[in-house]
Amino acid sequence: MERNHFHRQLALTRQSLFDQGFLDEQFIQLEELQDDANPNFVEEVVTLYYRDSARLIHNIEQELEKSNLDFNKLDSYMHQFKGSSSSIGAKKVKAECSLFREYCRTGNGEGCMRSFQQLKKEYSTLKKKLEAYFQVEQVGQVHPPHSKLKSFVV
Amino acid sequence: MAIAAESKFHVLAVDDSLIDRKLIEKLLKTSYQVTTVDSGSKALEFLGLHGDDEQSNATNPPSVSPNNHQEVEVNLIITDYCMPGMTGYDLLKKVKESSSLRNIPVVIMSSENVPSRITRCLEEGAEEFFLKPVQLSDLNRLIPYMMKTKVKNQEQEHQESQHEVEDTESQSQALQPSEHQQPQSTSNQQQQQQSLTQPQQQHHHHQQQVSDNKRKVVEEGLSPDRTRPRYNGIATVS
Repeated sequence: MERNHFHRQLALTRQSLFDQGFLDEQFIQLEELQDDANPNFVEEVVTLYYRDSARLIHNIEQELEKSNLDFNKLDSYMHQFKGSSSSIGAKKVKAECSLFREYCRTGNGEGCMRSFQQLKKEYSTLKKKLEAYFQVEQVGQVHPPHSKLKSFVV
Repeated sequence: MAIAAESKFHVLAVDDSLIDRKLIEKLLKTSYQVTTVDSGSKALEFLGLHGDDEQSNATNPPSVSPNNHQEVEVNLIITDYCMPGMTGYDLLKKVKESSSLRNIPVVIMSSENVPSRITRCLEEGAEEFFLKPVQLSDLNRLIPYMMKTKVKNQEQEHQESQHEVEDTESQSQALQPSEHQQPQSTSNQQQQQQSLTQPQQQHHHHQQQVSDNKRKVVEEGLSPDRTRPRYNGIATVS
């Protein structure tokens, strides 16, 4: 009984990530690649994404601090960042990347900085949501149905 | 699992993005043997080409048979377009210019849908152009290309042994060209598709779900000698 409730809650949490536009169908593609041989594939890819893109974020930040903005360079970084974000299904982050690239194209430094701030917000919001989701998902996997953790379940 | 052959098809995947390499590897591993590299130059190295020189190393004498220098058998190369240094297009060119490698089918991937880019790649000899992120359903389109290389490699091996030794047996092997058509037929495709039917269903499911999922571009005015249908069931991009 408790287990069913837990799984329902987990499914609802997951669905809300899609409904609220944080994730798109590419995330489902990742889920479909997850199997018994790679039971944590999605989490692994997401973790890799956050680790790998931290480097890009740092590079972009450094570039934006310069007095003369190199829009080509910025666009190139963002192209990479957008690609990775797209690969994990990070919908809102991806949209911000596109916006940033538009500002690069028009040489709009202010626009770049504004959209980058917004991008970082979306990026960290998604990170928190996914971390929470994976944590709860793991609880369901590890613990037996009649666990004392029922008070923990959201 | 792959079809019941001696060995699985071997795909070389080239991408500078760590995430995309992990993804493409997982995608391909469902059915094939995979090697991933992060650059065009590493890809050429793996394939046995060094720089502009076609000789894989100094100890190999220049040989008449083109396949001698290929150290590993690769049945397909799938490469990202945008890479620092050597782009996917540059890699494609090098492969097609090499007498030992030119028969290997090359597929280009890109996150950007640029018609002129696509045309350029196809005209240079790429078999397909995939939009990223690549999905399981896209991989079904690779099957005919890989089967063709495998058959061709077997043929060439047999033909080489025929040149060295007068062997009547190999003459019957030379009749294999009729099997060339088999990859196009349904029987072999069905074998492969048994392991891939689920993704195909997902593909249709996604088509319904996402209207703006732009997978491929239809290009008019491709060179007329390309008789093979390349774009099946693809939406045009406005």
